[in-house]
Amino acid sequence: MARYLARRILFTIPVLLGVATLVFSLIHLVPGDPVQSMLGEGVSPQDVAEMRTRLGLDRPLLVQYGTFLKGLASGDLGTSLRTNQPVARAIAERMPATFELALAAMAVAMAIALPLGVLAAVRARTATDVAATTLALVGISIPNFWLGPLLAIVFSVVLGWLPVSGRGTLAHLVLPAITLGAPLAAVLARMTRASVIEELNELYVLAARARGASRLRAIVRHAFRNSLIPIVTVIRLQFGAVLTGAVITETIFAWPGVGRLLIQSISFRDYPLVQGCILLIAGTYVSMNLLTDVLYGFLDPRIRYD
Amino acid sequence: MLKTGGAIVIVAVLAAVLGPWLTPFDPAAQLLSLRLSGPSAAHVFGLDELGRDIFARVLAGARISLIVGLTVVSISASVGTLLGALAGYFGGLFDDAVSRVIDVLLAFPGLLLAIALVAMLGPSLGNVLFALAIIGWVGYARLVRGQVLRARELEYVQAARAQGASVVRVLWRHVIPTAMPAVVVQATLGMAGAITGEAALSFLGLGVQPPTPSWGTMLNGGRAHLLDAPHLTVFPGLAIAVLVLGFNFLGDGLRDLADPKKAR
Repeated sequence: MARYLARRILFTIPVLLGVATLVFSLIHLVPGDPVQSMLGEGVSPQDVAEMRTRLGLDRPLLVQYGTFLKGLASGDLGTSLRTNQPVARAIAERMPATFELALAAMAVAMAIALPLGVLAAVRARTATDVAATTLALVGISIPNFWLGPLLAIVFSVVLGWLPVSGRGTLAHLVLPAITLGAPLAAVLARMTRASVIEELNELYVLAARARGASRLRAIVRHAFRNSLIPIVTVIRLQFGAVLTGAVITETIFAWPGVGRLLIQSISFRDYPLVQGCILLIAGTYVSMNLLTDVLYGFLDPRIRYD
Repeated sequence: MLKTGGAIVIVAVLAAVLGPWLTPFDPAAQLLSLRLSGPSAAHVFGLDELGRDIFARVLAGARISLIVGLTVVSISASVGTLLGALAGYFGGLFDDAVSRVIDVLLAFPGLLLAIALVAMLGPSLGNVLFALAIIGWVGYARLVRGQVLRARELEYVQAARAQGASVVRVLWRHVIPTAMPAVVVQATLGMAGAITGEAALSFLGLGVQPPTPSWGTMLNGGRAHLLDAPHLTVFPGLAIAVLVLGFNFLGDGLRDLADPKKAR
């Protein structure tokens, strides 16, 4: 297990370095002079020069890169141009909101998808299955930037049951969590169905039934349990979609998380903050992948020796 | 599924092409006195915040969406297939380099890299196409690389090599065609992804800029009028969902055709 763990961590380091390099080079993609672009027209050349020095953009590229990596290693992501706050602190303040939303969305997704997927599998090739499968495909096709406003129209504007924006109470969390969780539920339901159908055809399920296990027990304790690995894989793959979806969902519902901070910093051309948000989201994603890989190693010993 | 998906896509293409003849209204023409009016016999989807006919704008938006989808998928599929095939066939350093670039690009979930690129390059249709293609080719490259790794060991491919066929001929005639069914499925689903991607970026204000009628831009405009004019949000969103559903149905149907075992 230790060797497997070491190998996975070693594999992650160059990826993180690549991510950092790409994020570092982003600011150099700004057409023309990034400093002029940040400050806008009508600023004095002294102000431009001062800002260039402050951002370190007057130094050779390699020196800038070295400073950037050194800063990263010590958790220094630079300073926000708009608020003068350290980027790391600005992001840290918003992170709990994003995690709260992501976890709630995943909970919503699992609560809808797992029963729906198992039901479709158990009733495979019946009207129930077709209805569940079609519903899932419709769910995948509805973009969350449409679902969110629609839910807001129905539940906030028409019915007046839930608040349309902000964070604070559980009621504030409901619409954003459903908006973010619904597409994930659709993907997860499809995968659960396929995975459970596969397992239901295995001999051990038949053997369990032959030993006198009830149909429900054979499905839940045997087939469903063994179909969990591909389901965990999908949850892991969809975690990325949840992180990106959070950017959109937080913008729709004015949810004060990292995603909204990213979009706000883009509109203010606060490039250090943009870089910090991108880096943090990508870093979280890579870390989650590492974590689930390690989890697989525990769940399925064959993976460790592959 | 295949037929339903195909029908939706054909209707969308026809609507995009025949759009100007399907409505008497110009998508840019403003009837300010009627701004935010709901659906009526004359304006079936109603009018937006500047008094523009939403039906005409949805039709015009179909053109943008399909152009984005086709352009992004063509570029991504060509670049991804080429790089994936070369990496899988030659292996070695080139394969390592391509694989590492793929690993790094995959570390950015979903649209995040596209958002970052457009944020830096500036919002425009061209930059959206570029950003979506940059994240799009990776899926094709991974897919084709895997298929080529398998195909290059096949006897008929080895026979072609033994007969002295050039690398280009072996790849073009014998190896890449084995990956084509999977690439076609990926491209169909990729259309759905590209259309959603453009709409998402435009919704965030990072994509197609007003007054060009993109569905995402229209949804963005509708956000300020959820209370007084929900039709601004309903119709463009419905158009996105139906077209994306069409491509998803089509992709699923094609996948079942290509791999009947998975169709169970």
